[in-house]
Amino acid sequence: MAAAFVGLFCRDLRLALRHGGDTGLVLAFFVLSVVLFPFGVGPEPEVLARLAPGVLWVSALLAALLSLDRLFLPDYEDGGLDLIALSPLPLELAALAKCAAHWISTGVPLALVSPALAFVVDLEPRAIGTLIVSLLVGTPALSLIGGVAAALTLGARRQGVLLSLLVLPLYVPPLVFGAGAVEASALGTGPRAELLLLGALTLAALPLCPWAAAAALRQALE
Amino acid sequence: MSGQMLSRFANPARFMRLSAALLPWCAGASLATIAAGLYLGLIVAPPDYQQGEAVRIMYIHVPAAWMALNVYLFVAVASGIALVWRHPLAEIAARSAAPIGAAFTFVCLTTGSLWGRPMWGTWWVWDARLTSVLVLFFLYLGYIALVNGFDDPGRGGRAGSILALVGVVNLPIIKFSVDWWNTLHQPASVLRFGKPTIALSMLLPLLVMALGFTLLFAALLLVRMRTELNERKIRALRLNRMVVPAPARSQRERAEPAQPA
Repeated sequence: MAAAFVGLFCRDLRLALRHGGDTGLVLAFFVLSVVLFPFGVGPEPEVLARLAPGVLWVSALLAALLSLDRLFLPDYEDGGLDLIALSPLPLELAALAKCAAHWISTGVPLALVSPALAFVVDLEPRAIGTLIVSLLVGTPALSLIGGVAAALTLGARRQGVLLSLLVLPLYVPPLVFGAGAVEASALGTGPRAELLLLGALTLAALPLCPWAAAAALRQALE
Repeated sequence: MSGQMLSRFANPARFMRLSAALLPWCAGASLATIAAGLYLGLIVAPPDYQQGEAVRIMYIHVPAAWMALNVYLFVAVASGIALVWRHPLAEIAARSAAPIGAAFTFVCLTTGSLWGRPMWGTWWVWDARLTSVLVLFFLYLGYIALVNGFDDPGRGGRAGSILALVGVVNLPIIKFSVDWWNTLHQPASVLRFGKPTIALSMLLPLLVMALGFTLLFAALLLVRMRTELNERKIRALRLNRMVVPAPARSQRERAEPAQPA
């Protein structure tokens, strides 16, 4: 079972890497949306520094949202998902493997690129470490919650719009704690509490979301 | 709740009979209770010593907020029953209740905004409560969009049931995080009433209105469920007609020539 889990995880990762386009698109979207903000609110460093935690987190969240429809849809369309469901690997673990691969191919690159963008919006330099950590801790929750929504909307008309409508209210807690951690760090009042709560969200999503996603996949394949 | 009890109510024909008998009573009682509640709230109850007459918005606003949450819980419980027991009526109840709940949420947001204008001096404050009700409204919209987003209505119903359960698990987390976020961003809120123990003359109309809204929900739910069942019946009849192969039909038409009207 472990071999099947690792196999599926590696397959998804290889697909993401060799396509290349998906991760690149997510990163490009992240960079562009952050770069657009100074044009919108003006170049004053104080204003930008005040907005920076929110801008960085909201942009990362939207970038992660952008790639969610690739999570199950290609396998659903070419029938691969049926084979995955028939395999001895429980569908819950299959969903977890796919979400984990999604996180490695979107969440981790977003976190790694974020320091460069922090300078674009004049984030306090001492908050950059927190920014990376908060994205690394928070983006797994985004991938997992998004996995549930992606599985629910398989085969729907206008999947993209539906997906964002379902996911955005559920993304409020990670956003609050993620941006809160960066802000606390920028203000100099340690980000410990927010980071712990963000970690709690991810840890709660870890067992619950694959379970819900598997239920959604089952009824999609019925 | 026993499975036997549930299956007793799973029969659509029995439901149609029962709801036809129940509907006039529900509708009549809700109209009477809401009329009484409005009379008590708008005319009998005293104006607030600080807020004046504007406090009367409360008699609509607060019961609507209670209904907004309770209907979501109803949708979630019905969805759970639909998923576990594959109960056909529970799924119809869930999908019929959601737009009513969204309407109550909308009423709550609108009256809150109208109330906020004279009291807080603004139409909208990012207050923790307002924000969590707004998120609840988006959850409703997502549920409704998902349920109607599939060509196969059964598929939409099942996906919606899972989403309703995911949403109900998330609701306390969202509420908590919004409370936290709010205290983080604005330490002192503009004007809050510090929860005075509410006078009986104000509590009574509030409770009467809450009862009236609950009855209204029951009546609307019955109407919507009956409509949904009738719609399914019509769809099934249409499909049956389409399934009859064309040559067979033309043969039958030849055999029985159209009667002149």
